[in-house]
Amino acid sequence: MKALSQKRRHPFAAIALLAIALLLTGGLYAVATATNEAKAETGGAAYSADDIAEGEKLFNSNCATCHGTSAEGTDEGPSLIGVGAAAVDFQVGTGRMPMQMQGTQAQIKPGQFNEEQTQQLAAYVASLGSGPAIPEDEYLDVSEGDAANGAKVFLANCAMCHNAAGAGGALTRGKFAPTLMGVSEQHIYEAMDTGPQNMPVFNDANITPDEKRDVITYLKTLESNTTPGGFGLGSLGPVSEGLFIWTVGLAIVLGFTVWLTSRSA
Amino acid sequence: MSNAVNEYKPATRTGHIANFVDSRVGMSGIVKEFGRKIFPDHWSFMFGEVALYCLIILILSGTYLTFFFNPTMDTVVYDGSYVPMHGVEMSGAYASSLNISFDVRGGLFMRQVHHWAALLFVVAIAVHMMRVFFTGAFRRPRELNWVVGGTLFVLAMAAGFTGYSLPDDVLSGNGLRIIDGVMKAIPLVGTYLSLFFFGGEFPGHMVIGRLYTLHIMIVPALLLLTVAIHLFMVVVHKHTQYPGPGRTEKNVVGFPVGPVYAAKAGGFFFIVFGILALLASTTTINAIWNYGPYDPSPVQAGTQPDWYIGWVDGALRLMPGAWPWHWQLELGGTWVFAVLLPMIPAAILLGLFFTWPWIERWVTRDNREHHILDRPRNAPFRTGAGVAGITWYAIMMMAASSDLIATHFHVAFNDVLYVLRFLFIFGPFITFEVTRRICLALQRKDRELVLHGVETGRVVQLPHGEYIEVHEPLDDYARYRLVSFNSPVYEPARPNAKGKVTQGEKVRGKISRLFFEDRVAPVTPAELEAAHQHHELEASKH
Repeated sequence: MKALSQKRRHPFAAIALLAIALLLTGGLYAVATATNEAKAETGGAAYSADDIAEGEKLFNSNCATCHGTSAEGTDEGPSLIGVGAAAVDFQVGTGRMPMQMQGTQAQIKPGQFNEEQTQQLAAYVASLGSGPAIPEDEYLDVSEGDAANGAKVFLANCAMCHNAAGAGGALTRGKFAPTLMGVSEQHIYEAMDTGPQNMPVFNDANITPDEKRDVITYLKTLESNTTPGGFGLGSLGPVSEGLFIWTVGLAIVLGFTVWLTSRSA
Repeated sequence: MSNAVNEYKPATRTGHIANFVDSRVGMSGIVKEFGRKIFPDHWSFMFGEVALYCLIILILSGTYLTFFFNPTMDTVVYDGSYVPMHGVEMSGAYASSLNISFDVRGGLFMRQVHHWAALLFVVAIAVHMMRVFFTGAFRRPRELNWVVGGTLFVLAMAAGFTGYSLPDDVLSGNGLRIIDGVMKAIPLVGTYLSLFFFGGEFPGHMVIGRLYTLHIMIVPALLLLTVAIHLFMVVVHKHTQYPGPGRTEKNVVGFPVGPVYAAKAGGFFFIVFGILALLASTTTINAIWNYGPYDPSPVQAGTQPDWYIGWVDGALRLMPGAWPWHWQLELGGTWVFAVLLPMIPAAILLGLFFTWPWIERWVTRDNREHHILDRPRNAPFRTGAGVAGITWYAIMMMAASSDLIATHFHVAFNDVLYVLRFLFIFGPFITFEVTRRICLALQRKDRELVLHGVETGRVVQLPHGEYIEVHEPLDDYARYRLVSFNSPVYEPARPNAKGKVTQGEKVRGKISRLFFEDRVAPVTPAELEAAHQHHELEASKH
């Protein structure tokens, strides 16, 4: 120990320390991502060679313009190698891909492919490199989830962008977090797993699959519970309330004042 | 001398009771004085009343809420009816707010009545202030009452903000955090002020209890006292009235309080109560259960204050963040200009607001009493200035909802801010000039109407072949409204008693010219006579 403490003012001490710290964090990171990948690969193995072949055809005719002929990415679109089946299912399943137009963020539109085609595309992209798989049904079953824990996780991780009631919110430069009402369980899970658009990835080490199910359960509770206080005004908080009192509230009061003074001296 | 001879002997039992009370508290004198008070009727005069009724409803519903609210920041574990919060650790204040919403009978309804009434209270005050400003009702002798009214507006904001912060959810905690930030930005004493207010580092364990004391005791007491002064001064000054035939600076035309006005006003209270009950039973306000218990780390999307605090929040949002420098200086402590500078517009707006009656009196040199109101168009500069002030306020208020403007109109958040920053600087000037021009145009239209009457659309061919359109002169009542108004003129700078034109007087002269150089004078009887003769001449020529 004494030898070590004597060397702490050595010119290379700081560099050595940095190197140790980097090795440690890097090693931990590698271990953490490895656990994610292990799970992903088990999910991705389920596709048949036919699916993959069909998916490749669909990919080449619909996606390759932007993502490149072997999904390696171009200036117009990112590489899809290693994004996993979950990313495809989310982006194509919600109609975001193929993109309606280039812009800050892909907009939701009616889906272009049916479920089978979406699965084929997912199979092809999953075959390119391991990535998050489509979640298993047990993690989507809200009857098993805990809404209270979900609320806790949601309010700590998601409400900053998606609003406390999941109504959505603005991000910088035209980007936005969409509303979470009316989004399917599977798509919510996949979004957390793959981080579409400007969303960060919440991997299984960050929010465990059980916690993801809890979040979904909380969102479904919000969706099915009609607001206890009457009309929700979009769950947007004080702005919509202020607008409401200045328009509807004031209009009603004005109507009565005019009526009451219609026979004046 | 015997009193018994003169004593009034009531004939009925009711008379006995009435006489008993009257001979001890002098009720009949009070009724005689106040019951005969005359109030003019106009829809725009009723917003002060709406505010008063909202205040009464606020006190009633608020009292109910105090029975169940627990203003403590001690941690409890929630076990009430709202499932998504089960087992969550939270402050006693938030838990009791949830209990009021879900477990107390009528609790959610009362909370919503209280909150909607608070919003309508400030709306009514704002509309009332606009009415008073645009009709010039703040002029002598009512300048002090204008200031008292302005104080009420500020107190209403204080009452609203302290109440908004009580539930101790994430939304209200974020609001407090901003207040904490503004406090800390005050040079030299800011940190101490914040530590003193929160009883230590934010959020501490004291602030909810302190806000509760402010919200249910100190601010309402000040509000009631100020309302009493406000109403007392209305009685002393008598009510203003719009110009009209038979209405002068020396009379008030309208109904007496008893019985007509008392009945109307009493009924109106229940109408306002009914409107608020309707809103509260159909429309959610402040869904605290969505936000979760306060935790200093998260700030949720769509975090805004209630509308009346929005303009201050908006001023903060409009401030450029790190451009061109970090707005920070080290001068015996850190001066955080990014937070200090946005408070300046608020100070300017409130400062101009409170001093406007004196500004106008100084410019016009008009120190007469005014009990007859102006039509807004007949004071173009004042109306323009008022609209400019409202514009400034509204731009700041809009800035507080910049994120929602961005998401709902599908535009970039940053672009919304750029546009609002531009409007923040130029908007008031634009609306000032547009409003003033509209007022002048309306005045010219009024002159036109008085001098030439209404176009009937009836085209007549005269015997010699000429076509003319028949103009119908206004009836006397309509004409009176258009010609009888007070029209101040440009007052050039004048020398004082020592024969010297002071610098201040020169400034006053310049401002006076700005106010009145474009003035449209009311039609004089001579002009009217000339116009009539001109018409008759035209007619007789043919």
